[in-house]
Amino acid sequence: MSHPQTLGPQTLFEKVWQQHVVAEPTGEPTIIYVDLHLVHEVTSPQAFDGLRLAGRKLRRPDRHIATVDHNVPTTSAQDRLVIADQISARQVNALRSNCAEFGIEFFDVQDAAQGIVHMIGPELGATKPGMTIVCGDSHTSTHGAFGALAFGIGTSEVEHVMATQTLPQSKPKTFRINIEGKLPHGVTAKDIILDIIGRIGTDGATGYVVEYAGSTIRGLSMEERMTICNMSIEAGARAGMIAADETTFAYLKGRQFAPQGAAWDEAVAHWRTLRSDDGALFDREMTIHAAELAPSVTWGTSPGMVTRVDATVPSADDARSEADRKSYARALEYMDLTPGIRIEDIAVDRVFIGSCTNARISDLRAAAAVVQGHHVAATVRAMVVPGSQRVKKQAEAEGLDQVFRAAGFEWREPGCSMCLGMNPDILQPGERCASTSNRNFEGRQGRGGRTHLLSPAMAAAAAVTGHLTDIRKWPPTENAAPEEPVLAQGGAR
Amino acid sequence: MEAIRILTSTAAPLPLPNIDTDQIIPKQFLKRIERTGYEDFLFYDWRRIQSGPNVGQPNPDFVLNKPEHQNAKILITEKNFGCGSSREHAAWAIQQFGFRAVIAPSFADIFFSNAGKNGLILARLTEDEVQTLLARSSANPKHTITIDLEQQTVKDDQGFQAHFDIDPFRKYCLLNGLDDIGLTLRYAAALDTYEHKHDAAFWLAPKPDAPATATSENR
Ligand code: SF4
Repeated sequence: MSHPQTLGPQTLFEKVWQQHVVAEPTGEPTIIYVDLHLVHEVTSPQAFDGLRLAGRKLRRPDRHIATVDHNVPTTSAQDRLVIADQISARQVNALRSNCAEFGIEFFDVQDAAQGIVHMIGPELGATKPGMTIVCGDSHTSTHGAFGALAFGIGTSEVEHVMATQTLPQSKPKTFRINIEGKLPHGVTAKDIILDIIGRIGTDGATGYVVEYAGSTIRGLSMEERMTICNMSIEAGARAGMIAADETTFAYLKGRQFAPQGAAWDEAVAHWRTLRSDDGALFDREMTIHAAELAPSVTWGTSPGMVTRVDATVPSADDARSEADRKSYARALEYMDLTPGIRIEDIAVDRVFIGSCTNARISDLRAAAAVVQGHHVAATVRAMVVPGSQRVKKQAEAEGLDQVFRAAGFEWREPGCSMCLGMNPDILQPGERCASTSNRNFEGRQGRGGRTHLLSPAMAAAAAVTGHLTDIRKWPPTENAAPEEPVLAQGGAR
Repeated sequence: MEAIRILTSTAAPLPLPNIDTDQIIPKQFLKRIERTGYEDFLFYDWRRIQSGPNVGQPNPDFVLNKPEHQNAKILITEKNFGCGSSREHAAWAIQQFGFRAVIAPSFADIFFSNAGKNGLILARLTEDEVQTLLARSSANPKHTITIDLEQQTVKDDQGFQAHFDIDPFRKYCLLNGLDDIGLTLRYAAALDTYEHKHDAAFWLAPKPDAPATATSENR
């Protein structure tokens, strides 16, 4: 296949973009080909209706993959097969019948490949380097961990992709974030991305595609890279990308939808070319030294309101601008936190280990390693919701479910669950939750609920101690009394 | 999509930055499979009292509940409006509630795109200009703003005047109420040619099976 090449060094993003240009009409957005569209129940029904209304066909059924994740109960297999909430059931049924009508491969609730849409693309090997991938969901950026250009779209765009397999797009700018050096003890991929969002703000990367590079990134597993790319949207980025390398190929090899045999070798040869050339220019660039990083926790109602676990709750005066000052004040009130109290003194009522950010097998292993031999604090209700059927099965094969259950965690069926609380898994007003998910907006996990975002290991530690806990001090010393929650000052409970 | 050229209206001021789509429309309303009927769910939680004896009752302090702002077709707010989830329901709710335009210093990317598909004018002004309009609309609910899409200007009844940038193609689509799919299909021949070649790149296909041949029958 011949693709036009521009002269000079190119970024990874530019290479992938250029290989997908269908037309570049003057004065109009570029028409970009879409290799894969991932479909879920929430943002697709109106798009299917739109096709029907206009009498349009689904252009390429082979380039769509569907599953149910947002709405499905996680309590039991039976509850999933017959969904009690009639409105949810209707939405799930709509996807079922739409996929049948339009010929889309659909992974239903109890399918062995079902899971959160951003988990199953990689697990199936459908997500591959160099592809363009879209989904009616902002965390589509997850797939960028494979060197794909992957971004979230709205329902009108979903319909556009269904009808044409393309999208009109104006070309984003490029932003490279280099992370260099060895990660300190207790610092995970989640802490890296939370730190980045804290540094640049929730609109810090608006209009950009971010490429994460540097020795720290190269040293991360695919699952860790997915955690980072997943939350690119929380910095406002159109997409996040990481160039494919041996780690990527090793992850993909042998997966159901990966090329096999000679085709595999040919594919890898192509994928190897997908890296930013030496000397390629980015519109913006930034370097972070891993040694500076610490385990991070959000204290407010936006992912950018984040601090080190060993810090204290900031005050509105710490805000960088007048506008932020107002949001800080509002967030402190909503979160019921007093400036100056230690983050570690904040007691939690709930712990949620799940979501497309941190519900992969390595996340569950990290959390299980922390809880092993401990018990969830008496004041805490904790749950683990594996991101996919595959992860659930693997975890059960390793006995992780037993570790969690023995420690007093609920062990659930896969889905989005309390990441957004569309299904019955929600916080009650005023409840405070340590969560491995990606958004701490007001009411995100349930009206009036208060969310602190953190890594799986720190979520697990918080479940045991009953309060936010610095994982670098784990396990707690002999004479500490982990079952006694430390009450936050200033009415933090 | 309804075409708009000039919009003159009072405005509803919402002086907060980073308003996310979870606030614009909470998740429980995303279970519906319809494209209409979202107007009552706009800012659902903010429109209601959140605690105390009157929990669930309309919150009289919230701008959209104030009788004097009832007919506002313009929403004025602060930076990074519409961040978070990609739910187009946010644009639907704003539009179906009766707004035709949002003025802010900046918008999140996906929301910006969704709004355009639903005929909402998003006017990006400077922080200072937005603060001026916010102050005037807060002080005087009868404060009237005129957005001229063709001229790309925002003016008010007190002599305020500002220019906003808009991508020329987006402007053209808004002015003419054009459907994107139809526009793309003007390039159907280029698409057929591209796709035929692109299918050979099996390393970019989601699944290894041979693709079905497709042509641009969609019109
Ligand atoms: S897990 Fe949360 S962020 Fe991820 S797709 Fe589901 S709802 Fe969205």
